[in-house]
Amino acid sequence: MMRLELVKRPQHSVLFSAISPLIALVLTMIAGAIMFSILGKSPIDALYYYFIDPLRETWSLHELAIKAAPLILIAVGLSVCFLSNNWNIGAEGQFIAGAIAGSILPVVFPDFQNWLVLPLMLAMGLAGGAAYAAVPAFLKARFNTNEILTSLMLVYVAQLFLDWIVRGPWRDPGGMNFPETRDFHVFAVLPELMPSAGRANWGIVFAVLAAVILWFVLRKTRKGFEIRVLGQSPRAGRFAGFSSSRMVMMAFLISGGLAGLAGISEVAGAIGQLQPSISPGYGFTAIIVAFLGRLNPLGIVAAGFVLALSYLGGEAAQISLGLSDKAARAFQGMLLFFVLGCDTLIHYRIRLAGRAVRGGEAARNA
Amino acid sequence: MLESVLITIATAATPLLIAAIGELVVERSGVLNLGVEGMMVMGAVTGFGVAITTGSPWLGVFAAILVGAAFALLFGFLTLSLVTNQVATGLALTLLGLGVSGMIGEAFIGLPGVKMAPLVIPVLSDLPVIGRFLFAQAPLFYISILLVIGVSYFLFSTRAGLTLRSVGDNHDSAHALGIRVIAVRYAAVVFGGACAGLAGAYLSLVYTPQWIENMTAGRGWIALALVVFASWRPWRVLAGAYLFGAVSIGQLHAQVIGVSVPSQFLSALPYLATIAVLVLISRNRRLTMVNTPACLGRPFVPAR
Repeated sequence: MMRLELVKRPQHSVLFSAISPLIALVLTMIAGAIMFSILGKSPIDALYYYFIDPLRETWSLHELAIKAAPLILIAVGLSVCFLSNNWNIGAEGQFIAGAIAGSILPVVFPDFQNWLVLPLMLAMGLAGGAAYAAVPAFLKARFNTNEILTSLMLVYVAQLFLDWIVRGPWRDPGGMNFPETRDFHVFAVLPELMPSAGRANWGIVFAVLAAVILWFVLRKTRKGFEIRVLGQSPRAGRFAGFSSSRMVMMAFLISGGLAGLAGISEVAGAIGQLQPSISPGYGFTAIIVAFLGRLNPLGIVAAGFVLALSYLGGEAAQISLGLSDKAARAFQGMLLFFVLGCDTLIHYRIRLAGRAVRGGEAARNA
Repeated sequence: MLESVLITIATAATPLLIAAIGELVVERSGVLNLGVEGMMVMGAVTGFGVAITTGSPWLGVFAAILVGAAFALLFGFLTLSLVTNQVATGLALTLLGLGVSGMIGEAFIGLPGVKMAPLVIPVLSDLPVIGRFLFAQAPLFYISILLVIGVSYFLFSTRAGLTLRSVGDNHDSAHALGIRVIAVRYAAVVFGGACAGLAGAYLSLVYTPQWIENMTAGRGWIALALVVFASWRPWRVLAGAYLFGAVSIGQLHAQVIGVSVPSQFLSALPYLATIAVLVLISRNRRLTMVNTPACLGRPFVPAR
């Protein structure tokens, strides 16, 4: 009988650090092709609509940027959390909290119209997301409560709250009873970058900026070192005088703030009003983006575009091949599996060992 | 009145109980599988699909258990054989389960399901108040109670249970004693997946015999919270599941009666209650320290 055996590498493999996400992508495509064949579609057509078709036209590239922006913003923040060993998986809720907080101005004070509105909205979105993330962070730092479960529970709470507010107090009085707020006025809309070419707005600029800044902080500053030390060895971090409860707060505030910024950018940009559902699961997909980007902010930018492509490709394949748009979600889940599996190659050599080999070793050791 | 309330609480509590008791065994072996939600939703869609195709709810249950176990095996392969991060892999399992079940289930939306008939035990079910609550339930209800008894006995009264707990508390010592740590963990993980699948089948065959996308609605996560709440003890999982069942049924009744609170706020109650309970339990640091399996979530690579 053959079995897998892991042999720890003396040093982590530079080669596999670079190519493991690519191997994972290739494996996902192979698995996807098999899945599509089972569904009775030509795998080549399906992969074409998923990964090539959305890249062929300019307007479609703009849509790609619209989808990538929230994914990158959220994932960059999550990388700080995951590197410091804080498991914030409630980014979807913080995204919604930011969207609601940022929408207060255009919805409740629609007559307040000048150039100050948009910067204030973005700041309030950031603050709203950060405040919502502060809840699980505080509970973890103060009471040692499991942040995975609390942050996730708050996602459901945020979704229900959003549902209530757009059907209740914030419903557009002139909106034919549709569950949505009034349209944002012109000062409250995130401007498009190149209106003649497509819909992409400033969200993608925020996302790339956030990635570059956090890349610098993580790689080049003492704070970044602290984050990584506390993540890899909390004990060593304590000896160095780093406070892990302050780190919990910081990591959650950064990732919650960025998720909130993503939320308000989405409603002020692509959507233009609040609706009962404002995210196709960006907060969860961003977890995949963070790992595919190997928790490196610059890698995350690239990974964000890959996952954005899977959303667009899902739509294209649905229109052209009649494939369920749910297939995209299955695809994304598979991708994370392969990414995590391939990351093993960075730290371990894998070999297949038969019983005979083990017996030989035992003899040698004896 | 009391009788019918008790019965509805049991229907809300049973899926939580089944999923949580499985995860308890997994965590006792030192593995944290956050994929309960994904395995549960896969169980729900498989159970529903097989039951309406074959007409037999039992075949549905059986298939759901198999699919839950298969998903768990996938998780086991990654976390145990390839030592990937357990938290991230569990999340991957949940995302994959939600995606795949949505895809498979698209064909089932709106179809009438097959409801599992209750198993009425004669004479005993005629007892006042508790008769119908304890003795006229769906067969899976009895299985959930048997699971608690069985797991409790296994963990604390058998040698194999002791082995499993030792692997969860100190995998290095267990390994040194010649216990096959990885094999024990594989078994625990697969058992947990089978339970999650069964819990999913309960949802789509007993609780609401139909398929709705994401119909688990966070129950897998609440089951995970229940294990912490119960400080890894089977009988406390039972108590916790019925407490949560009572909260979710309470809010449903309040919505029906038409309490002047928005329905969304009432729907949020089970989630808020989960947070409150987690805080209350984890505040007591000593209690959690004593009961948490010491190797929970820690990877194990045998040194040679």
